[in-house]
Formats: sequence, structure tokens, C-alpha cells
Amino acid sequence: MLENFSLLLVFPLLGAAINGILGRRLPARLISFVGCGSVFLSFSVAAISFLQLLQLPSEKRVVVQEVFTWLESGDFIARASFLFDPLSAVMILTVTGVSFLIHVYSVEYMKGDPGYYRYFSYLNLFVFMMSVLVLADNFLLMFIGWEGVGLCSYLLIGYYFETRIAGDAAKKAFIVNRIGDFGFLLAVFLIFTTFGTVDFLRVSELAARNFPSAEAGFGVLGIISLLLFLGATGKSAQIPLYVWLPDAMAGPTPVSALIHAATMVTAGVYMIARSSAVYSRSPDAMLVVASVGVATALVAALIAISQRDIKKVLAYSTVSQLGYMFLAVGVGAFSAGVFHLFTHAFFKALLFLGSGSVILALHHEQDMFRMGGLRKYMPFTWGTMGVATLAIAGIPPFAGFFSKDEILWKSLTGSGGYPILWIIGVFVAGLTAFYMARMMFLTFHGQERFSRKSSDETGHDSGHHEPHEPTLFIKVPLGLLALLSAAAGLLGLPAWLGDNYFEEFLHPSFVHVMSSGGHHASHALEIGLTVLIVALVIISIRIAWYFYLNNPSAKEKLAQVLSPANNVLYNKFYVDEIYNMLIIQPIHWISSRVLWRFTDDAIIDGAVNGTARMMKSFSGQARRIQDGYLRRYVTWIITGVVLVFLYILFVS
Amino acid sequence: MPGTEHILSILLLLPVVGAAFLALLPNPADKVLKIGTLAITLLTFLVSLLLLPGFEAASAEMQFVEKLPWISAGNFLINYHVGIDGISLWLVILTTLLMPLSVMGSWSIDRNLKSYMVLMLLLEAGMIGVFISLDLVLFYFFWEAMLIPMYFLIGIWGGKRRIYAAVKFFIYTAFGSLIMLAALIALWSYNSMESFDLVQIAGRLAAGDIMLPPMAEFLMFAAFFLAFAIKVPLFPFHTWLPDAHVEAPTAGSVILAGVLLKMGTYGLLRFCLPLFPNASVKLAPLVCLLAIIGIIYGALVAMVQPDVKKLVAYSSVSHLGFVVLGIFSFTFNGLQGATYQMLNHGVSTGALFLLVGILYERRHTRLISEFGGVAHKMPVYSAFFMVILLSSIGLPGLNGFIGEFLILLGTFTVKPYYAVAAASGVILAAVYMLWMYQRVFLGEIDREENNSLQDLNRREIATILPLILLALWMGVSPGGFLRKMDASLQKSLERVEEVRNSRVYMVEDNFFNSDRL
Repeated sequence: MLENFSLLLVFPLLGAAINGILGRRLPARLISFVGCGSVFLSFSVAAISFLQLLQLPSEKRVVVQEVFTWLESGDFIARASFLFDPLSAVMILTVTGVSFLIHVYSVEYMKGDPGYYRYFSYLNLFVFMMSVLVLADNFLLMFIGWEGVGLCSYLLIGYYFETRIAGDAAKKAFIVNRIGDFGFLLAVFLIFTTFGTVDFLRVSELAARNFPSAEAGFGVLGIISLLLFLGATGKSAQIPLYVWLPDAMAGPTPVSALIHAATMVTAGVYMIARSSAVYSRSPDAMLVVASVGVATALVAALIAISQRDIKKVLAYSTVSQLGYMFLAVGVGAFSAGVFHLFTHAFFKALLFLGSGSVILALHHEQDMFRMGGLRKYMPFTWGTMGVATLAIAGIPPFAGFFSKDEILWKSLTGSGGYPILWIIGVFVAGLTAFYMARMMFLTFHGQERFSRKSSDETGHDSGHHEPHEPTLFIKVPLGLLALLSAAAGLLGLPAWLGDNYFEEFLHPSFVHVMSSGGHHASHALEIGLTVLIVALVIISIRIAWYFYLNNPSAKEKLAQVLSPANNVLYNKFYVDEIYNMLIIQPIHWISSRVLWRFTDDAIIDGAVNGTARMMKSFSGQARRIQDGYLRRYVTWIITGVVLVFLYILFVS
Repeated sequence: MPGTEHILSILLLLPVVGAAFLALLPNPADKVLKIGTLAITLLTFLVSLLLLPGFEAASAEMQFVEKLPWISAGNFLINYHVGIDGISLWLVILTTLLMPLSVMGSWSIDRNLKSYMVLMLLLEAGMIGVFISLDLVLFYFFWEAMLIPMYFLIGIWGGKRRIYAAVKFFIYTAFGSLIMLAALIALWSYNSMESFDLVQIAGRLAAGDIMLPPMAEFLMFAAFFLAFAIKVPLFPFHTWLPDAHVEAPTAGSVILAGVLLKMGTYGLLRFCLPLFPNASVKLAPLVCLLAIIGIIYGALVAMVQPDVKKLVAYSSVSHLGFVVLGIFSFTFNGLQGATYQMLNHGVSTGALFLLVGILYERRHTRLISEFGGVAHKMPVYSAFFMVILLSSIGLPGLNGFIGEFLILLGTFTVKPYYAVAAASGVILAAVYMLWMYQRVFLGEIDREENNSLQDLNRREIATILPLILLALWMGVSPGGFLRKMDASLQKSLERVEEVRNSRVYMVEDNFFNSDRL
């Protein structure tokens, strides 16, 4: 199977085609079967290939499968060929695995939706595009997947296209991503002119060979890195391009879980890990990545604290966690970044799916202040989401603890680490615990604030109004993800506790990384700091408990004192408004008034039509000379004769 | 392949004979006219496909050549000289492909159907003639002849301001052409007043048998360039295009965008580069600048158009800017991308105009504000529109990306900042297209008239589907198309590269040195 791993691309593409073209005439059962089955087959191929990869000695764990030559022009070649190495193996397993669970979940969640076939077709297409992105062996092929997932994201955010919000959000996502893709594209050009190839493996080798020492300032590698990073800020929602992700929550919740939390948005981190040989040779670009990452983590966590909509909290949380991943790769801890990507895929998918279960039970209510007390009705959802919350908050031994702990440690001691990065990172860890605990308390604990009178979407009265647990289609994915969220961290233990299998396994993918050592520090310090962080996390949860469960009136008082700050946070620092005022409106005005109405209509057409008018009036005047009066003709003749006479007389 | 010796003449004559045949029918039924024209254009298309198996990809020479003296008097000689290379091959096929689709998109024409179809066929012959002519006078003949049917198509079957648009179209183009005619005669005089044969003149120029004084070369370049730049249209010669498109009937727009605009870029490639390499190189920075302005300007103005058709028209200004940029990057990638982009633009913009026409036939308006929520009533139409839209904005995996990518890549290797500026057009394309799509297709239906919209019928599906499949094919597997162009493009570059590499040019010229910019 390993030599034919590219087969896994075929199934979701086929599934998307079947459901997309024939789906309108197929029964729902068959649509779900095709949709889920195709992804399951992909996952199986990925899993078998992975097991076979493990059989190989670690230095031989690179398999390239060339399918056909896609684009060849002059010296430029981009093949449709795919790469299976530890990095892409981890990624493809995560992607297809989580995708499969979310497909199953969707069977229940989307039941009865009129666009059921369309939904599954898009979702399968997404899996295909994401697999292309992950398995591509060169930058240009990756770019197909990169824009392809963007397209699927567009289609799925706009899935409920009858609403204005969905249409706006979809368009915004695509356009903001295009700004990032602009950077990606330019990076591909510069990579080609620098290395003469766009193949990942060749580029890494050549970077290692031709650039034996790190670049000072921003040389060609630094510029490549920054351009690629611009692409990453779009896809992975980092400052300044993160604004599309919160709006993307307009799509169906499983889509938010899959695309806008677990898989697509992590593509930027994956891409930087793929280009680690280039990045690690440009410390200044790395510092930019780390700084933007940690700043995004902070800003998004602050916004998350004040949101009312449960999906918005999770969306900003995703932005914030992605910031951690960029912090990791930015300080040179590529493996740690990918590890957090891996664990985050489980617990964040679980959080979204859990919130979907709640939203479904409450008939599409998303405001947490109209929830509360749901634990009694939905213990399973509560339990699984609880696991995910502990994981993201960083309570040992849940998955997020290990991955986040590693990132924070590396942000202090890694080759690009700085104490300030660590301090902000730790502060964000506290914020994370706080907003997650707030979300859990508001949703599942305390007073029941939800309305029991709501009838479901179709308007008919469904009889019983008590919120209730979902069916197995939803429970099984929740349960499995909860298991993974609890246990996946054990793959990457810190050095003082055991082995980091994850890092060891990924190592062959990072052989061309230039390691400049980093700062040495003792285990004792590492343990001490970890204890400190865990203590901070527990205190943060305790504070959330105090304000949101124990003593809500204290929260009211605090909210009054902090109301200006709270407003700024609730309105997301007014970033959308600022972009609108400074960028969108001026461009629109210039295009309409200056370019179209003034330049085109007034100047260019004015000149053209003006010339025509001039000709016409000139001809009109000239016509008068021949007005048919004999005496005027005689006058002209005599004038002429006189002029000629004078000319001869004086000039000659 | 045996039997293909006269294939180009057959291609040229088929539509003319067809037109004559239709013209002679006494009072034919509409159906006969439509089916008849469709059959003739389909047949022409099939015959043009026969070019493919016989075409030698490895050769840069003209193929399927036919050469007969047409007008000769002593040394004076005008030939009927036709032939194709890897560049014109695809443009001929693009033309013959778009014709039957345009005829299918003309099903609702009900006034003077006979004249309409006859003019369409004559137009086809004229367009094929332009792409296969290897004699300057022959080329000029077709170039002008083609204007006449188009003038009438816009002027008779057009919209409200059709007369204004038709006259504007005619005068703009004829203005450029006449200046080109003067340059053409000048070129002939440098060719010892012998022949107008393009191959011969280009060969003599390359061999140094004819030396053009720099000023003469510059002036002739300027004259040819102006004619082509108007046709492309390059900023700031573009304002005839939106008017012509908006007023033209659907088929007119399809052909205008799909084929006629390509004649401008084809002319640059076929005439300006090999005949006037020095002037081309010297003026390249200016041309590239105009191209980039066109890319961004066209996109920005497209964004604020209230009329879908006008939006697509301005998007053509932007897309054709890419093509010109690719040509004047003087890199192999850029040239190949430009040629590919000509085909892409024919496919995707042709399809866009067909699609817009379909909507117009149903609602008799193209104002974006008149629509909204169309996807509810016309799901297949909306899906088709989306695919073509994606092809137009250069989504990787579809055709448009290949062209834009190669153009920008080629440009980047010589003038990185030009490529950066041009690449911003890729962002803007997404903005104007998706915003339009949202306002037309998404949301609720808020106008009563849109409730009765019918989805595509079979004929309409058959019109659009081939272009969708082609967009996919050309995006996933461009090799088959590109390989046939390689040799010819390499040859087109030769003269320019000679000039660029020559020391004289490098030392003498420090102001216009294109490498510095």
C-alpha cells in the first residue's frame, strides 16, 4: 500500500463527484454512505501506509509517488507527485481520521437538510483538496490544495447561502485568503528563481547546501519565509488576516469543526514545517513568525473572553491556539508546533462538535447567556466537552498539556526563544483556561436560562422541549475524540518524564533544519516552570468559577467597572470597522469615482468624443465656404489672386 | 497526414460557402437557418481538429503551408500565403470551437435571422483568415474584412445604444488599422518593394539582409503596436470595449472577447516581436507598465460596475493585460503563459458571456441589483457559473491559473516588481467576481420576477458544458497544449533575445534598459 498511497486521494474525489452530480436524485442514506465511506477508505489507506512506513528504518521513511507531469514550461517543472514522509504521514492521518469522524457526525447533524447532497459533496471535495495540500511534494502542487481548501471553505461557509451573513462571511474568507495566497505565489516564484526547483526535498537539500550559515537580516531566504508566512497568516488566521475566521462560523457546525478548527486552518503551520530548512536559516523571519504568533494568541484570547456566542468563543480560541503553533515554529520548535497541531485537532474538533450537539439540542441557540444547566440533560456531551476543556486548558495528563507545555518551554529555551515570548505565552495559557472554563460554566452549569418554548426550524411543534442527548452518530465521534484528547499527549512526553516518540518520529522530516542549539536549562527549571503554569491554569479556572458560577453579582460589578474595556473586546478591537474604513471604502470610492467616472468616462471618452465633436464642428464651419453663392466664390478667387500677386511681388 | 495539404483553405472556405448557401436559400425557416449554421460551424470545427494529428510539434516552421501568387506585377508581389505554427494552431481551433457555441447561444435571435447567420459565418472566415495569413496584405485584408460583419452584428442586433457602440468600435479599430497599413507599406518599401510576405521579410531582417534605420523601426513598431493595442485593448485604448460588449448580442460578445481581442495579442507576438525586436525591447518597460495599469485598473473598474456584462468586459481588460505583460517579459515562461492565457480567456470569458446571455434572455436585464438568490431557482446554472468564475479568477487546477502563473513566473524572473504589482490583480479578480456572484446568486429572492426563473435547458447545458470540461482539462493537463507551442515560441523569442544579448544594446542604451526596471 505504501508505494501506492496516492490512491487515498481518489476516493474523496470520486465521492464528491458522485454526490455532486447525481446527489439530487439519490436517497439520503446512499449519500451518507458514499460521503463517509470514501473518507473511511482514505483513512484506511493512510493508516496502512503509515504502519508500513514504520517498518522502514527511520532514514528511509520517505516515499515519493509520481502520478503525472502536471506543468512543464521551459525550465520550470511541477509534477503531480506526492510525498509520504513522517510529517505528511502524521498530518494525513489526522486529517482523514478527524474528517471521517466529522462526516459520521454530519449524517445526524445535517439530517433533513435540503442541500444534504451538496453538503457531502463539498465535504468530500474538501478532504481531497486537503490531502493534496498535505501530500504534495512541491510548492505549486501544494498551492492547488491550498486554494482548493479555500474554495471548499468558501462553499461551506456560504452553505446557508440564503442568509446575508453566510454570503458575506464566505466572500470575506475567500478574499482575505487570496491576499495571503498572493504572498504564497510570490514565494513560489522566488523559490524557483533561487533554487531552480519547487520540490520540497530538493529545496531543503539545496538550502542546506547553499546556505551553510544563517542569514543576517532579510536576505532571499528571509523574504521567501516572510512571503510564505503571509500565506500562512491568511489560511491560518493570524494577524493581520485573522478576521475571516470568526465570521466563518456562519457555516454548519461540523464544518467549523473540521475546516475551521482541526484541519485547514493548520495548513499554514504545516507549510512552515515543510519549509523548515528555509525558515531555520533566517532567524529574523523566524522572529517575525514567533512574534506574530504570540501576539495573535494574546489578542484572540482576550477577545474570546468577552464573546457571548459559543462558536465565536471557540473560533477565537482556535485563532489563539494557532498563534501558539506559530510561536512554536517561530522559535525553531517545528516538532512542537506540529505536535500541538495534532493534539489541537482532536480537542478543538471535539469542542466544536460538542457545541454543535448543544446547539442542536437547543434548536440553534448559540448565545451562552441563554444556556446554562445543560449538564443534567446532556451528561455525555458535558463529559466529552469537559475532557476537551481540560485538554485545551492544559491540565495534565490531557493532550493539550503536553503540547502546550513543550511550546512554552521552547519559547524560552529554543534557538529563537526569548523570555518575553514565554511570559506572554504563559499569560495566554491563563486566559485560555479562563475563557474555556467560562464557556463550560455558562453552558452546562448554573441556572437554566434557555427557552423551552422554541420550536424547531421547520416551525412545527416537535412535542418535547427538554434538551436531550444526540444519537449515536454524534455520540461515537464525541467519545472517540474525547479518548484522543485525553491520551494523545502521551506520545510526546517532556524529557524529564519520558520519551518524546512524536518528535523522534518526525525527526527525518527535519534533518535539514539548521539547529543553533538554543539555551541549555536544567530539568529542575523545566519542572518548576511547568508546575507554575499548571498552578496559574487552576487559579484561572477558579476565577472563572467565582465570577460565573459562585458569585455572578461580582461579575456584574466587575463588568461595570471594566465596561469600556469590555466593549472594545466584545467588538473585537473594531478591527473589521477599521479595515472597512481604511481599505475597503477608499478602494471602492477611487474605483467608482476616480477611475471609472472620471478617467474612463470624462477623460478618455471625453477626449475621443471631443475629437469627434471637434471634427464635426470644424466640418460644419468649413462647409460654409461652399455655400453656393457665386459672388462669394468670386471674392475668394480675387483674394487668392491678390495674395499670389503680393507673394510674387515681395517674396521673390 | 495525407489529404491535409489544403486544409487551411478548406477551413477558410467552408464558412464562406456555407454563408453563400444560406444566402441563396429562398425564405428558409428559422430552424433550418439555425441548424444549418450550427452544422457548418460544427463541420468547420471538426475539420480544424484534423490539424492536430498532422501538426509537427518539434518544428518551429510554418505548417500546412499554401502559397500562390495573388497579385503580381514585375517584382511587386502579393501572395496568398497561409500556414500555421504552434501559436496560431490553437487560436484557429479556439475560433472554430467558439463558433458553434455562439450559434447555439443565438437561438433566441428572431430579427433578420438569415442575415445574422450569414454574417456570423463571414465573421468566422475573416477570423480564421487573420490567424493563418502569412502575407501582410492578406492579413490586412482579413483584419479589415472581419470588422464589417462585427459592425453589423452590434449595430443591428445590439442593445439600446447599439449605433453608438458599433460606430465607436469601428472607428477605434479602423483608426489603428489605417496607421498599420501605412507601416505595412513602409515595410514593403524596405523589402526592396518586392513582396509583402511575412516569412520572407522576417527572414531577411533576421539575416541582416534588410537593415531598418532605428527611427523607421521605431515608427513602424509604433504603428503596428497602436493597431494591436487598440484591439487588445491595452489601457488607455480600452473604452470602446465595455460599450461594444454591453450593446453586442450574446454571440457578438463571445466572439469579441473570445477571438477578436486575441488578434491584438496575436499581432504583437506574430509581427511586433520578430519584425521590430529593437523597438520592442526598448519600449518594453512602457508596454509592461501599461499592461500592469490595465490589470489593476480593469479589475478595479470591474468591481464597481452595476451591469454584469460590463463587469465581465472590464475583467477582460485586466486579463488581457496579463497576456501583454507575458509577451513583453520576453521570457519563455511569460510567452507561453501569454499564449495559454489567450486560449483560457477565450474559454472562460466566452463562457461567461454565454452565461450572462442566458440570464438576460430570461429577465431582459443584466443589472446586478435586479437579481439576488438566483441559485434557489437555477442551481445548475449557478454551479456552472461558479466553475467558470473560478476558472476566470485563476483557481489552481483550472485553466486560468496555468496561464497567469506562467506569465507571472516569467515576469518575476526578469522584473520581480512588475510581477508583484501584476499579481495583486489576482486578489482583485476574486473581489469583483465573488462580490458579483454574491449579489446575483446568493441571498433570498427579493424580486417577484426572479421567482419564475427557469434553470438551464438541454441546449443551454450543451452550450456551456464543453467549455467547463475544457477549463478542467486545460487546468489539469496543460502539457498537450503547451508542447505544441514550445518550438514556435522559442523561435519568436530568438530575435528579441539576440537584441537583448547584443553588447551594443546594453552599452548604448542606459535610459530604456529594460533590465533595470
